[in-house]
Amino acid sequence: MNLLDLLPTAEEPVAVAATAASGAFSAGWLLVALPLLGAAVLLLAGRRADRWGHWLGVAASGSAFVVALVLWLAMLGGTAAERVVDLHLFSWITAGAFSLDAGLRIDPLSLSFVLLVTFVGTLIHVYSVAYMEHDVARRRFFAYLNLFVAAMLLLVLADSYVLLFVGWEGVGLASYLLIGFWNHELPNAVAAKKAFIANRVGDLGLLIAIALMFATFGATDFTTVFAQAPEASAGALTAVGLLLLLGATGKSAQFPLQSWLGDAMAGPTPVSALIHAATMVTAGVYLVVRSGPVYAHAPNALLVVAIVGAITLLFGAIVGSAKDDIKKALAASTMSQIGYMMLGAGLGPIGYAFAIFHLLTHGFFKAGMFLGAGSVMHGMGDSVDMRRFGGISRLMKVTWITFGLGWLAILGVPPFSGFWSKDKIIEAAFATADGQGWQPWVFGLVAMIGAGITAFYMSRLFFMTFHGTARWSDGHGGGAEDPDAPVRHPHESPALMLWPMIILAVGSAGLGGVLAIGGAFTTWLEPVTGHVEHAEPVLPVPVITIATLLLVAAGALLAWRQYGAAPVAVVPPHGSPITRAARRDLYQDDVNDAVLVLPGQVLTRSLVFGDRQVVDGFFSGLAHLVASTGEIVRRTQNGFVRSYAATMLAGIVVLVAIVLAFRI
Amino acid sequence: MSLTHYLVLAAILFSIGATTALLRRNAIIVFLGIELMLNATNLAFVTFSRVHGNLDGQVMAFFVMVVAAAEVVVGLAIIVTIFRTRRSASVDDVNLLKS
Repeated sequence: MNLLDLLPTAEEPVAVAATAASGAFSAGWLLVALPLLGAAVLLLAGRRADRWGHWLGVAASGSAFVVALVLWLAMLGGTAAERVVDLHLFSWITAGAFSLDAGLRIDPLSLSFVLLVTFVGTLIHVYSVAYMEHDVARRRFFAYLNLFVAAMLLLVLADSYVLLFVGWEGVGLASYLLIGFWNHELPNAVAAKKAFIANRVGDLGLLIAIALMFATFGATDFTTVFAQAPEASAGALTAVGLLLLLGATGKSAQFPLQSWLGDAMAGPTPVSALIHAATMVTAGVYLVVRSGPVYAHAPNALLVVAIVGAITLLFGAIVGSAKDDIKKALAASTMSQIGYMMLGAGLGPIGYAFAIFHLLTHGFFKAGMFLGAGSVMHGMGDSVDMRRFGGISRLMKVTWITFGLGWLAILGVPPFSGFWSKDKIIEAAFATADGQGWQPWVFGLVAMIGAGITAFYMSRLFFMTFHGTARWSDGHGGGAEDPDAPVRHPHESPALMLWPMIILAVGSAGLGGVLAIGGAFTTWLEPVTGHVEHAEPVLPVPVITIATLLLVAAGALLAWRQYGAAPVAVVPPHGSPITRAARRDLYQDDVNDAVLVLPGQVLTRSLVFGDRQVVDGFFSGLAHLVASTGEIVRRTQNGFVRSYAATMLAGIVVLVAIVLAFRI
Repeated sequence: MSLTHYLVLAAILFSIGATTALLRRNAIIVFLGIELMLNATNLAFVTFSRVHGNLDGQVMAFFVMVVAAAEVVVGLAIIVTIFRTRRSASVDDVNLLKS
């Protein structure tokens, strides 16, 4: 018997074949149609909808959630074999032998996303009703939010890469519109542009991947591509895998295309919560997990996915430790947490389910914390500088508690949500591949150290914001004694903002534990990710868990010592070189500027210069020549009859001289 | 008298006429210069007619005279009109073609 046969065959997960839609599933198109309708009505109705538009937005998103619930119940009613459903919508493109159908793929993976997007989305819609109350363009805001929900649902429900790309671009558009929602201020418009352009780089990768798929398989729908993937050449599959990863890095703010996410915080906070924390930025993880059958035959591409995830995980964590802007610190944390998901997805079938699990729990606790940050900003006069927060736990109790639950969840403290998902990813990272080589040690240790840094920066954020001494003044001698302290009047937010935070906090606390009972969530995803035997980590599981928890405790204690117990400087200290680098996103923007932006600008400027000088120069020189010749000739037309006569005489003399010269 | 003498005389008369026409400002004098040039050519025509022994040159001279007479009528009429409108017979004052 061959030794190789004894190894776990993690490479070939058995996924369930799709069946045609019937019953409740045939109403699946409503998921996309309802929010889209909401967006259309809100955009077209104009100012007439200003009074009730926001409630229509909430209703559109909420009704999509109801449809999703119905589909979910219908799916739970069926056996595992019936859980992958294809809903054919219409014949989209027919050109000669090529035909492309638009259809929806409703399966546990897409339905998990749909439930997350519509549930968290609806809560954030409700929150925005209060948060955007004083904004004159609130209706437009809800139109964009609905557009985003529709595009995101199309992205996750599409049954072909081309239709997925439509949703992919749709969320990019919505993200751009919402980051630049307050585009009357230049930095916001610049941030929106930056996000859009960084995303286009990734989108190009996805587009080329689709073209390559078409060239290799002659089709782009999931069923055909996945069925033919085993027969395709390894080179083509690796190229497709890497290009898909490029698309994912752009959308999910992964290294090296992550620089836009921090600036994207220029958008309203509910947008940061929904798009740049809970849903859109996780689309890259979805893409990788969805393309599992392609990656199954492209192990090198999968390894690159894991490496990208590991790099971003540390990158985001280090950046997050130095940021003083509460939203930017949360953005760096998002980047880092998606790094975890990417790492999980990069581990192959053993990690897919955990990546999606972490995505789900992260969607809850990160959205909850962003809404909490929005609530703090609401109470603190739209300030985001954590060095001027402090000591507001007593004044904003609900925000404090809900944020605290999210904080415990992201730290991975048992029994909160994050523990169940993140710990599984760390475990899986130690168990990667065949249990040999460098990968399990590197990925496992990176994930574990990342957990420690996560604990540090999230605790730093939490303590700086809610605990310690107040570094603001209430204007009546309370708060800070520092005369420069800004005057703030922290107060709890309205109920419409608090309830979504409370619900998300409950999810942050309990969702992970509930879904982890008996591996319920991983079993639920099996029709898509395939059934995988548990792989044995290189270290015993209890050792991993305890070591991780110790690191987390150490990180949190360090943060408490520096930012909870000790006074926080209101002016950022000079800091070590690493701190200074992290404050500037580890010089990512500088590198981008030097490597890409500057050469581009030099190129365009030299092209413009060349155009002006050479091309325009030739033609304007020609015109100048004609004009100056005319100027000279014009002098002969002086209007004096006698000089005309003299010219004629001279001309005749010359002619006669020529004639004579030739005759003689 | 040889042929050359006639032609030299014609050339001298033509040159005087041309110089007058080019240098003088008064339109009447310019006109006289032009007449002088025409008659210098007439002299040349008649001279060649005599030398070649046919009448073509003399016919041409008559043509020139007729044309000159017509031209004098038109030209003098123009000069008189200009003088009436501008109170001047200087050709340099009639420079509307410029600019």
